[in-house]
Amino acid sequence: MLLLLIPLLPFLGFLIEASFGRRISRSVSGAVACGAMIASFIVSAVAVANLVRFDPDARAIVAPIFTWISSGDFHIGFTLRLDPLSAVMILVVTGIGSLIHIYSTAYMHDERESEYARYFSYLNLFAAFMLVLVLGANFLVLFLGWEGVGLCSYLLVGFWYQKKSASDAGKKAFIVNRIGDWGFVLGILGLFVRFGTLDFQQIARAIAPLSPEATFGTISLITLLLFVGATGKSAQIPLYVWLPDAMEGPTPVSALIHAATMVTAGVYMIGRNAVLFSHAPETLTIVAIIGCATAFFAGTIGLVQNDIKRVLAYSTVSQLGYMFLAMGVGAYAAGVFHLYTHAFFKALLFLGSGAVIHALHGEQDLRNMGGLKKDLPITYWTFVIGAVAISGVPGFAGFFSKDEILAKTYTSGHTLLWVVGLLTALLTATYMFRLVFMAFHGPSRAASVSQAGDHGDAHPPAHPEEEEPAARHADARGTEHAAPGTHLHDAPPAMALALIVLAIGSVVAGYAGIGGRFEHFLEPAFSPQTAEVVADNGSEAMLMIVSIVVAFAGIGIATYYFLKNTRAASAMAARFAGVRLLLQNKYYVDEIYDATVVQPIRITSESGLWKGVDVGVIDRIVNGVGRTVSGASGTLRRMQTGSVRAYAASLLFGVVLILGYYLWR
Amino acid sequence: MPSPSLNDYLVLSAILFAIGVAGVFVRRNVITILLSIEIMLNAVNLTFVAFGRALGSADGQIIVFFVMTVAAAEAAVGLAIVINLFRHKESLNPDTFTELRW
Amino acid sequence: MTFFYFFAAVAVLASLLVIAQRNPIYSVLLLIASFGALSGLYVLLDAPFVAVIQIIVYAGAIMVLFLFVVMLLNAPHEETEHDERVHPLLRPGPMRFGGLLAVALVLELVWALVKANESGRFGSAAVSSVATIGRLLFTDYAFAFEVTSVLILAAMVGAVVLARREEWR
Repeated sequence: MLLLLIPLLPFLGFLIEASFGRRISRSVSGAVACGAMIASFIVSAVAVANLVRFDPDARAIVAPIFTWISSGDFHIGFTLRLDPLSAVMILVVTGIGSLIHIYSTAYMHDERESEYARYFSYLNLFAAFMLVLVLGANFLVLFLGWEGVGLCSYLLVGFWYQKKSASDAGKKAFIVNRIGDWGFVLGILGLFVRFGTLDFQQIARAIAPLSPEATFGTISLITLLLFVGATGKSAQIPLYVWLPDAMEGPTPVSALIHAATMVTAGVYMIGRNAVLFSHAPETLTIVAIIGCATAFFAGTIGLVQNDIKRVLAYSTVSQLGYMFLAMGVGAYAAGVFHLYTHAFFKALLFLGSGAVIHALHGEQDLRNMGGLKKDLPITYWTFVIGAVAISGVPGFAGFFSKDEILAKTYTSGHTLLWVVGLLTALLTATYMFRLVFMAFHGPSRAASVSQAGDHGDAHPPAHPEEEEPAARHADARGTEHAAPGTHLHDAPPAMALALIVLAIGSVVAGYAGIGGRFEHFLEPAFSPQTAEVVADNGSEAMLMIVSIVVAFAGIGIATYYFLKNTRAASAMAARFAGVRLLLQNKYYVDEIYDATVVQPIRITSESGLWKGVDVGVIDRIVNGVGRTVSGASGTLRRMQTGSVRAYAASLLFGVVLILGYYLWR
Repeated sequence: MPSPSLNDYLVLSAILFAIGVAGVFVRRNVITILLSIEIMLNAVNLTFVAFGRALGSADGQIIVFFVMTVAAAEAAVGLAIVINLFRHKESLNPDTFTELRW
Repeated sequence: MTFFYFFAAVAVLASLLVIAQRNPIYSVLLLIASFGALSGLYVLLDAPFVAVIQIIVYAGAIMVLFLFVVMLLNAPHEETEHDERVHPLLRPGPMRFGGLLAVALVLELVWALVKANESGRFGSAAVSSVATIGRLLFTDYAFAFEVTSVLILAAMVGAVVLARREEWR
């Protein structure tokens, strides 16, 4: 069946890479992986083309593959379903995924064959699971994909596992995800108890005729639990802490998983269950508030980060907050639209930063960059396009989607959220262009690299067999630069191709949303009940103008502080040193979690359960039993005196007793 | 004087049996222990004959016949063992033969 | 009745002396006396056959065997240091315990008798002729009779084997 091919092709790629990776050359590995993704993209495109030929009200292709659980009355099958929402998702995953695979062939070129193949096997496996996630027709298949992408995230974030920070980051990602998954599973169980089925359509049909008041208690709880899972997977407050640390993974991984696809799974999940969530308005309010708060919160942190990837990571968290804000106010289509455009420009920004890191041989600290504009033209121009897109400048993709969200927020009455959203847009433009100016403009600060103490690591510390000449590779500290004056090379062709395609996408992708075409396309997926929004043309135009003003204001602020008058920036930093320290340390959230959650658990396990229960009680009981038995036998063996007379005496004793007993009775 | 009743014989036999039992435990000579066992067997014989007489059948005496035969055989074999033991340890005290202990 | 008490007294007294004597020869001889008294009791019980074979087999054969063994082994007197002073019932260990148990046993048996409450009087004349016994032995109990002969054979062989002097290598 055509639909099954979509996740199956990358899965086959995974199997090939995992089984034979060591023995095939890098070019073959890369070709297999990219080929699988591109093939999957073509199949997706064909499937979507098939889909649009249907009548808009009946746009759904269902493909039951096999029956998974069959127990009594309960039947769940491994069923795939293609409808407008999943159509968007699979095109994004396979399309942008293919580009990132192509990019990776050049970016990871310095690895050994086995590592190269391992990377692509994980990447393909991830794509397979993500496609299963978005194509699933019921919660069980979705959860399979959900867990699978969590696993691949762990594998890929900890790809350079010899580095402790990388393996720690991988564990953190997985464990924090798991906490979210706990809520998610409880939500799924609640759904099963309430509806007796996990199929999306059946649940939607079951709940549609009910009114929100009637379904208050259970549905609110269920949707809240599902949302907890979403906060884990999509990095919202309070479970976002894994995403910045996940930047330890290779940059293409950050682009694919932590920008374009995996983190959007939570948004997708809410969109998929739009009917369910519409019947829980309290939960939606919570979703909107958390989304908005996260967006603002992450934006403030991103403003003062010095690692290029961290800025982008917090930017991702922030943009995801926008998507949840959209979902929360009932503008499901707008949220998905932003997901779609965000995939383009965020992937572009990440890949662009990857090109920068690659050119600088592992340097990731913004303070050690500068003046790259003339050395890396392609990288620079594509990066600028991405930055402009994310800032919401009209004509580029981000404008259409972000404006849509803000408009829907305002018109649905959440004025405070709209204001905060607007402030976040200001922050977005500001920090993004701060990044651009610090990295690409101004004097080159690369010479200060050798004095600089800290730096990010993009490459692993040890390449045992690497014998590249002329100091191309990371030494133990991970920082190395070409001798001053050496020419920095721009992105190699594979990387450049991906950058350019994504740049084009960042511009034109937004036009798909003009005139509400995108929303209209998605509507059947959110039926029978979607957000009712009163379209007021007058206010819409005004809102648009406000957004544009904010965007340019942000660019202007960034230009002043980071291009023209950098001393003003330092003065500002000195004046608000306390605030700056707070922001730079990410509001100490990680430290708080560590102290309140991690350490108590660790201490309980170590002192309480291990030393107390296991050693103290259980071992003592087991050893005690042994000692008791041996003690008792030591005592009992003294009965064997060897004296016949003693034995005879005991015999007689028994006789007397038995005789006495019978006489008594 | 009235003739003795069955109870009288049974009481006598019980006393004799107890004497034999006491002898097994009290004496420190293996041969004397065997003698005490013979006393016990005789007490039992008396019981059998008394009951046989009370029930009016000859079965009691027949059993006594067999008991005596077995007692003879047992005495013979037991004494042979005692001779062997004496050859090993030059002592007839049963408390010296305690090798089979823990 | 007087005969009964007489024979009973002799039997009990002789048995007590058997277990009280230190010299094993005396014990054997006293036991013979006891058997004699028992034989008299059998006669009182109208069992002449048993009385006679008691004398012939027990007193005449088995006790003589014991005597032979005692004299062969030249059994020494038992240790006297401790025994003289201490009453048998007070001697330590299993001896004391066994003695007490024997007393307990007697009491129990007597108690059993009291509970059973046998009427006690003997009935009509018993069957006592040797001919009757012989007839029973060779008809109803013929199998046991034959098996017993095998038993005696086994005992004989066993005794000979066990008492044989080992060849010293």
